[in-house]
Amino acid sequence: MPRVLLVEDDPSVREGVELGLRRRGHEVRVAATGEAGLAALAEFRPDLMLLDLMLPGMNGVQVCRRVRERSQLPIIMLTARGDDFDVVIGLEAGADDYIVKPARTEVIEARICAVLRRIDNTGQGRTAVEVYGELAIDRAALSVTKSGRHLALAPSELKLLLHLSAAPEQVFSRQQLLEHVWEHSFHADARLVDACVARLRGKIEDEAGSPRYIQTLRGFGYRFGPL
Amino acid sequence: MTSGPGPARRLLRGLSGAGGRRRGTDDGTPDDGGAPGDAPAGRARARAFGLRTRLVFAFLLVAAVSAGTTSALTYREARNALLKTAQDTAVSSFRDQVQQTGWTLPVRGEGLEEVLRDIARKGKPRPWVVFAEYGSVRASSGENPVSTVITPELRRAARAHPSGSFERVVKDGVPYLTIAMPTVLRTGPEGVLPSGLVLYAVMRMTDEQVNVDALLVAARDGALPGLVIALIPGLIAARSVLRPVRELRQAAQSMGSGRLDTRITVRGSDELADLARTFNDSAGKLERSVRELREAEARARRFASDVSHELRTPLTGMLAVTEVLDEDAGRLDPDTARAVRLVSTETGKLAVLVEDLMEISRFDARAAELNTDEVDVAETIRKTLQNRHWTDGRVRTELPSGIRARLDPRRFDIVIANLVGNALRHGGAPVTVSLRGEARSSGPPVLIAQVTDSGPGIRPDVLPHIFDRFYKADAARTRSAGSGLGLAITQENVRLHGGTVRAGNLPGGGAVFTVEIPLRPEEAGG
Repeated sequence: MPRVLLVEDDPSVREGVELGLRRRGHEVRVAATGEAGLAALAEFRPDLMLLDLMLPGMNGVQVCRRVRERSQLPIIMLTARGDDFDVVIGLEAGADDYIVKPARTEVIEARICAVLRRIDNTGQGRTAVEVYGELAIDRAALSVTKSGRHLALAPSELKLLLHLSAAPEQVFSRQQLLEHVWEHSFHADARLVDACVARLRGKIEDEAGSPRYIQTLRGFGYRFGPL
Repeated sequence: MTSGPGPARRLLRGLSGAGGRRRGTDDGTPDDGGAPGDAPAGRARARAFGLRTRLVFAFLLVAAVSAGTTSALTYREARNALLKTAQDTAVSSFRDQVQQTGWTLPVRGEGLEEVLRDIARKGKPRPWVVFAEYGSVRASSGENPVSTVITPELRRAARAHPSGSFERVVKDGVPYLTIAMPTVLRTGPEGVLPSGLVLYAVMRMTDEQVNVDALLVAARDGALPGLVIALIPGLIAARSVLRPVRELRQAAQSMGSGRLDTRITVRGSDELADLARTFNDSAGKLERSVRELREAEARARRFASDVSHELRTPLTGMLAVTEVLDEDAGRLDPDTARAVRLVSTETGKLAVLVEDLMEISRFDARAAELNTDEVDVAETIRKTLQNRHWTDGRVRTELPSGIRARLDPRRFDIVIANLVGNALRHGGAPVTVSLRGEARSSGPPVLIAQVTDSGPGIRPDVLPHIFDRFYKADAARTRSAGSGLGLAITQENVRLHGGTVRAGNLPGGGAVFTVEIPLRPEEAGG
């Protein structure tokens, strides 16, 4: 079962979510502040971080950026709908997904599993390294290099790239991507896709302003190529 | 009460400003969607006798009356003076002539004409024709022995007044002065006796008439330019009254369109300035009360939002552990188990309620955002039904594919889910969800989604309130599974898409909810 680091300042939320997840067999470590959460990373070595955006002191967005500087640990933000602005900023800072509070434990667990599963399942069936322009995608090793240089991609970015490049030149609507990459069964916020595409472009494109690999089709969605 | 110049205060100034834009009203054409029909004609008629016309008319009337009266009086005096001079000269001259002539009585016809011609030559100020009447003797200095101009009245006057009398006569358009002068016999220092011989002088007064006519022309030519000149101060006065009136109208219009900070510049200290000052004061008070109302409303909204926020945090903790309660309830003693299950269920409902409250307060604060995406509408609705597990025959669909629209998928999902959920709870299965596109004569085509149920329909007294918040069709009815905000949220979400939702009943029973959302041409996005 995955090891979850929960960073949440409110005691009741912290305790409730911890209890719910532990009952489902997760190993949970809690931290009341962003600083404590960052400190626990090295020692606890979590598989995933559940991060509240509204934290005293260092806020969730800053914690997210700090984590992304060093690792591609899957991060799910805990947010309240209505804090829309924070959601966008959090997604731009590198979070992979978000959960709207209040949420039942089954929903939280489903999101955790979805974020973690995308790493495990994508490599099946293909072994060869695929090369697109300067981009080399190794589906077995789950690594991407550009001009021989390894790219550090967050889980959602990697999954999105693998999904799009598995069917080059095919257009996927944002709702389709939400469903297949993020496994959101309900209609979710399409800005999740936009933020992830923006981050991915920042890493793989020569110029993020005129993308070659991840192209936008206005009114329809995104596609990989043609180069 | 006049306050100082507030920040960003809007001042309407004179002829500039909204004048050009709102030209339509100046011409009497209605610029609002007011009563059609005879309203424009009525407005034009009212404007024809508007302030400006009335003021100018009044000025002209005063000018005409004064100029007319002055001219008439001057004319009369001058005319009289002119004629009197001529008459007096003629009468006294004639009397002298008659008296200086020695008359031998009885008068005989022969020789008389010679005497008369002599008198006629000496006529002053002009020669005249002299007639003599004595019994049956008639003589004259002219061709006819009897004048056609002398009236019987003059003849009678001649006998009554020995010193002579005169009359002005107009015959065939020619003015004449006729003088009658009876000759008298002196019977003593005081007494005179009419001799029976009456002399008449007839003088054409054409020259005098020409002079009088010239006077008339002069009077008229003086009065008419006076009237024209009077127009100018009339127009100026009208303008000075009308300009503040127009400013006032523009300001009132501006207030009406919601710019409550509209003020008028106050000039001078007349009644119109007082009016402007009163307007400004009232506008200030109105602005203040509206601001207070808005602030109170904003406070109420913020309070609702804050309450929901505060409720949400403990609810998050509670909701996370309801599963624990549910799972363990079976192992507890029956009463405790029931209590635990109750807490768990109600926690879930409370979470929905708080979430709906938050959603509503975001609409109220106009903070709700539309994150649109182009989607296949039929597919979106099918997914909504699938996600809620409404696929077991209780919900039937008529969803033609190929209708694409720019929608906020999350909000549209809520719209359909709330309507179907409401139909299943309050109406009755089977519920039908249908979809079609429809062209509109004006504006873009619309997508129409309909949710109909097989229940008894909505009572007519309930229909107008069906989208009200927390409205319960039956006051005694217990709380249902919904939060009481579902339809209100549905309506807000549809409105956010620029569409409408309405409720009604089918002829054969069953409620029908119809959502109409304009299908906009493809916009930038993605």
